[in-house]
Amino acid sequence: MSKHFKLKRGLDIRLKGAAEAVLENAPAPTTVALKPIDFPGLTPKLSVKAEAQVKAGDALFFDKYNPEIFFTSPVSGTVKAVNRGERRKILEVVVEADGKNEFASFTKADPLKLNRDQITGQLLTSGLWPFFKQRPYGTLAKPSDQPKNIFISGFDSSPLAPDFEFIFKNDIAAIQTGINALSKLTDGKVYLGLSDKTANSIFSGLKNVEVNTFSGPHPAGNVGIQIHKVGPINKGELVWTISIQAVAYIGRLFETGKLDLSKTIALAGSEVKAPKYLKTIHGAEIGSLVKGKTKQEGTERIISGNVLTGRKVEADDYLGYFAQQITVIPEGDHYEFMGWAEPGFGKYSASKAFFSSLFPKKEYVLDANMNGGERAFVLSGQYEKFLPMDILPVYLIKAIMANDIDKMEQLGIYEVVEEDLALCEYACTSKIKVQEILREGLDTMVKEVG
Amino acid sequence: MKAIRNFFEKTKPHVQKGAKYHWLHSTHDAVFTLFFVQKNTSKSGTHIHDFIDLKRTMGIVVLALVPALLFGMYNVGYQHFGALGELGTAGLMDMFLFGLLKVLPIIIVSYGVGLGIEFIFAQFRGHEVNEGFLVSGLLIPMVMPVNTPLWMIAIAVAFAVIFGKEVFGGTGMNIWNPALIARAFLFFAYPGQMSGDSVWISASGVDKMVDGFTGATPMALAAAGHTDALNTWHAFVGLIPGSIGETSTIAILIGALVLIVTGIGSWRIMLSTVLGGLFMGILLNIFAGDNTYMALPFYDHLIIGGFAFGAVFMATDPVSGSQTVKGKWIYGFLIGVLAILIRVVNPAYPEGVMLAILLMNTFAPLIDHYVVESNIKRRLKRAKATI
Repeated sequence: MSKHFKLKRGLDIRLKGAAEAVLENAPAPTTVALKPIDFPGLTPKLSVKAEAQVKAGDALFFDKYNPEIFFTSPVSGTVKAVNRGERRKILEVVVEADGKNEFASFTKADPLKLNRDQITGQLLTSGLWPFFKQRPYGTLAKPSDQPKNIFISGFDSSPLAPDFEFIFKNDIAAIQTGINALSKLTDGKVYLGLSDKTANSIFSGLKNVEVNTFSGPHPAGNVGIQIHKVGPINKGELVWTISIQAVAYIGRLFETGKLDLSKTIALAGSEVKAPKYLKTIHGAEIGSLVKGKTKQEGTERIISGNVLTGRKVEADDYLGYFAQQITVIPEGDHYEFMGWAEPGFGKYSASKAFFSSLFPKKEYVLDANMNGGERAFVLSGQYEKFLPMDILPVYLIKAIMANDIDKMEQLGIYEVVEEDLALCEYACTSKIKVQEILREGLDTMVKEVG
Repeated sequence: MKAIRNFFEKTKPHVQKGAKYHWLHSTHDAVFTLFFVQKNTSKSGTHIHDFIDLKRTMGIVVLALVPALLFGMYNVGYQHFGALGELGTAGLMDMFLFGLLKVLPIIIVSYGVGLGIEFIFAQFRGHEVNEGFLVSGLLIPMVMPVNTPLWMIAIAVAFAVIFGKEVFGGTGMNIWNPALIARAFLFFAYPGQMSGDSVWISASGVDKMVDGFTGATPMALAAAGHTDALNTWHAFVGLIPGSIGETSTIAILIGALVLIVTGIGSWRIMLSTVLGGLFMGILLNIFAGDNTYMALPFYDHLIIGGFAFGAVFMATDPVSGSQTVKGKWIYGFLIGVLAILIRVVNPAYPEGVMLAILLMNTFAPLIDHYVVESNIKRRLKRAKATI
């Protein structure tokens, strides 16, 4: 039974530089890398040494506490470097592509004819398992768990987000196969959330999945918001989430027996000369995607992901594990004389304290400036406007600051991850680091409650 | 402009921790950030941040206070010349300038003492100076009678900032509205100087007032049973004796409009306070019998005394007020009810708004607690329903 959910709270931040519906093949990256920091709480152990030869689908490292979860190379080539940070923490494992495209071989089969263990085994050895996240906490899903349901969001509502209808138009068959595999992993249902803005979505014909539609501003496309509306998570319950991109990967794996991690991403933002879509591969070097395509190379801020939840990267860094877009905005590291007192015709704001609120349709260039100093909580009623959940965000954040586990639990920490509260952080007058605080709270819960 | 920036940029290393002038760090930061939005960019979390910050927010509140302040200055002059019986001869500018000269020293003392203490506390705590006092420092003069001696203002401000705010941890942590703490402190510490009929009119240098002139506020008159003396139009415009900024309902409404349009002030609290006041006013009207004050038309309560000012600028303080949506409705409504109740029924205090707001400030966390509890209960219920 398909349902429609109308969301009122939230905000669509109107940024300049949305990607045009043009697809370009990005040059094949000379190096790719996997970054364990894309997984909160992961302790990686290396499976290979530097200089080792790997094929696409060979393991690079695994989870120390769940050694059956492998992270595998997207390309064939040589392990070039294992870059470490403080206390020898592994930051990234870099593979130099040899251009031969050799694949490790996996079972080619119709997932509907396999059982749960066979599917799980294939996903674990191929390295696709880490795409499953569990709620609560947004951490790696454990293969031994039985999720109540599996949720997929079929659209991205964040600023300058790619249009899934465009980038997955040739992947529908693979996505169907992937969904068939997912349906074997849960006794519950596989849910897919679609935007009501796109009539005749390419996803609406999918089977073995329950489709719900959502209307309203960002964060309507966040899978966490959709879970809250469809079947909220209570204490002791567990659901899994997975991106539509990963479902396509899974489908390709079962259809071809190969790990094919090519993907289409959006290159967007006000500092991109011609924002469009790029065909590349999982973990690609950022330089291969942005070189020559931005307006002021070297001074802008490149973000792997969107402006709310992405990670700041340089050209020699790598595309994030879950990133479906690269956003380039001005850095904004300059002083502004009496900036806070200006009328603010060109200053987009979620509040109505600037004259820009008179022009609700205009698109703006926003930079990475903090626009003010960090202060204690002063204003009230601000966060609630951006979280379409029956949760009191300020009280939740305060409970985390006070390290009050009971209150965190009561106030709904099981239902949220960082991206769900990202808009609150954007709009906060006191410039409080909401996402960072929430992650601390989630880490505490993992440690204390598990 | 560039010179200022260079000066601050150059001196910045000298006020860092361990440097010689570290004791000036908070001051340096406060002045530098006042002039320039800093160049620091997002290091983690969201990459874009809203242009709004606390300076903008407080700036808008100050802007909203300006109409009431300017009218207050004019009214100080108006009342003065009225007391002299020279209303016919004094011009508008005369009245305004007289008021300006009376009020400006009070504002200077308030900001001077208050910001001085804020800067010192911020430095000791290693914090940035919080912008909250930009508003409190202007609210305090506006709720004072014009004849309050400057030394009393200084003591009241010091008391309000230290015991009303800093002992709780500074801006954002205080329980009561600091400006009302200042007013309440003077009211209870110096009742002789702070009430009666003479404090409301600046009559310095006046030998003899016109016959029949008392200088009493409409509320004092009403409490004494002279409700017929109230000229509704005068009260609405604000040409009545009272605290400096509170008399003109029109000017306060302009401020309210600014706060509501920008979304800085909570319209829920303003509306519910007014509703509460009307409700109590009507109730008193019904049971008035031959008590003239109780029979005062309920709508008149909104325009005399500090009701409008309290509802728009005091009750809406986001820190000391209720913070949940439902809580705001309850909190505001009870302020309205209590303000009128104390005002009319309690003979000891001629004005109830101040005490009503302070009382509800005290209970705001309790109201919020129950709102949060109901959210928790609803979530628990949902959990049980799915099992």
